[in-house]
Amino acid sequence: MAMAPETDKAAPAAPRGSVRTRSSLRGLALRWDTAVGALLVAVVVVGLGTTDGFGSGDNLAFAFNDIAEVALIALPMTLLVVAGQVDLSVASMLGLGSALTGALWDAGWAFETIVPVVLLVGVAGGLLNGWLVTKVGLPSLAVTIGTLALYRGLASVALGSDAVTDFPRTYADWAVDTTTVPGTFLTYPVLLFVVLAVITAIVLHATGLGRSLFAIGAQEEAAYFAGIRVKRIKLLLFVATGLFSAFAGIVFTLRYGSARADNGLGFEMLVIASVLLGGIDFDGGKGTLFGAVAGVLLIGVLKNLLTLNDIANEVQVIVTGLLLVASVLTPRVIAAVVERRHRRAAGARP
Amino acid sequence: MMLRNAAGRRAVATAATALSLALALSACSGTTKDSSDKESTKAGATAKADPGAALKKGLKLAFLPKQINNPYEKIVDDAGIEAAKEYGGTGKEVGPSDASASSQVSYINTLIQQRQDAILIAANDPNAVCGPLKQAMKKNIKVVAYDSDTAKECRQLFINQASSEEIGRSLVQHLGEQIGYKGKIAILSATQNATNQNTWIEFMKDELKLPKYKDMKLVKVAYGDDADQKSFQQTQGLMQAYPDLKGIISPTTVGIAAAARYLSDSSYKGKVVLNGLGTPNQMRKYVKDDTVEQFSLWNPQELGYLGSYAAASLASGRITGAEGEKFKAGKLGEYTIGKDGEVILGKPTVFDKKNIDTFDF
Repeated sequence: MAMAPETDKAAPAAPRGSVRTRSSLRGLALRWDTAVGALLVAVVVVGLGTTDGFGSGDNLAFAFNDIAEVALIALPMTLLVVAGQVDLSVASMLGLGSALTGALWDAGWAFETIVPVVLLVGVAGGLLNGWLVTKVGLPSLAVTIGTLALYRGLASVALGSDAVTDFPRTYADWAVDTTTVPGTFLTYPVLLFVVLAVITAIVLHATGLGRSLFAIGAQEEAAYFAGIRVKRIKLLLFVATGLFSAFAGIVFTLRYGSARADNGLGFEMLVIASVLLGGIDFDGGKGTLFGAVAGVLLIGVLKNLLTLNDIANEVQVIVTGLLLVASVLTPRVIAAVVERRHRRAAGARP
Repeated sequence: MMLRNAAGRRAVATAATALSLALALSACSGTTKDSSDKESTKAGATAKADPGAALKKGLKLAFLPKQINNPYEKIVDDAGIEAAKEYGGTGKEVGPSDASASSQVSYINTLIQQRQDAILIAANDPNAVCGPLKQAMKKNIKVVAYDSDTAKECRQLFINQASSEEIGRSLVQHLGEQIGYKGKIAILSATQNATNQNTWIEFMKDELKLPKYKDMKLVKVAYGDDADQKSFQQTQGLMQAYPDLKGIISPTTVGIAAAARYLSDSSYKGKVVLNGLGTPNQMRKYVKDDTVEQFSLWNPQELGYLGSYAAASLASGRITGAEGEKFKAGKLGEYTIGKDGEVILGKPTVFDKKNIDTFDF
């Protein structure tokens, strides 16, 4: 996915430092996502060299399938964060999707009906988020903290503390990690992710819509006066995260064969961490989908490798946390250093 | 919804169209709960058992608790790991830091890759762990559930701490002895619809029908909802309503501790007998200050010990998990596998002044 140059073109005239500083900032953003990609390759190589069973088809199928839902939600989340927004309600929507799937299945609905209904609920949830952000004008962080609680609450109302488990094998088999695309270690949820990732990459880096997202993220007002339909695009993005989250809820339910209201608890942090780790700037306007995908895969592979080596869960959490802090901090620290050097160089001239 | 802009209206319209289309489509046909193929493969129990086989040396056992750092499960797992040393095996405890439905799954995959001989699991969700456990059994890794069962087809054995009947009846038997089979008694339970509590209470009532309890009268079942303060107030209420109450059975660790706290500071201390299910650490001071003479709970160390031997017996081919098979569990003696691969540890352990300091959980 060599679409990095698109980022450069898309960055509008943000009034940040000198022209030279900005170009080096862009260079850094670029280098960060390639660095994450390189780190991913390094971790895989180390894994293959040091850990028995890491390279087995079974394990690879499992490792990637294990983060299928996080990866699916990370795609629209990347677009959202590029546009300077965030959606914290995604994991709750996953839980609501799962609970509804269970409740409706239990009520005797056909699975073929349940899927579109659950997806529509995802769309409705996204519309509510988007409406509160674009029409009422509330910040997305505040809105989605609220709907995080709301959707999880609705999930509990839908299913209570029960678990619904007897899903049809014909569908469940598509989601489990023992069913792979013939001849590969790719499971069907992972295959779907690959296809959707390519589409998302094209949208973000090769279309006018993608360029608009960078523009909105860099400076919303300027984007608005440049004729970009800011509100409509933002609404669309929230609908996309809602839709993908509800879909991830169905995948999760089938993969574990267990519909519960508390499914995916805390996943929103994993999604956002992966996206930020991939070099998507939390302030918006910067990043590549390649970086985001590399971030998701890195977190998944690292988790798998650490678990295989019996590294305690607490240490895993610390490792992920450090990576995240580093990913958010490093580009800023370097930028500050570069800027200071520029200022000093400018000051030296009489 | 008050969507005034065109995009919003269009989205709602699209959604509505899609919904009606979906409903129309599915009205014709579809996979429903009733039509779907029910899977009913019974795992294990196909191989032949060789009861005379020696326990294999160097067996690798892994304990997967509901969550790591849970003090109760740590005791179970440590005892199981200790037991493995007795027969020349090794054990380890791995697990997630949260007890959510899906969090154990990655660990099962890991244990498969590490080619462990047996996995012992206290399942957070009986079904979420099923797929990977079946995969483990396919690769000849033995699976033993303990403390909290998985779906039946996803493990070979379930080590149950105690039977519900045993718990219910023994609590009445103990209290009867303590009060000389005479006087009014009450029960302080958890919530009104807690399945395990209600099962125990049914067996208590049944036990009370025996002639030797003819002078004992159950006057009330109170519910403290497993909340400390509410249980405390319910105990207060019981004593107000029945000042001549002779005994209280509280088959919940929260309830018995709250009741003991109330009694220890009241004039009823030493006059009302409190028994039930509690943990030694919560109850120690009330045993020492003579508020409570004895209470019971299954012994978590024995639970881990038995699980460890059961897993080793499976991995050595002594048993396959079929009903009626017998196996020896070290110092605990011989056990017989019951229906659906269930093995019951035995009677609950009674804790009193003499033994309470040997337990820490």
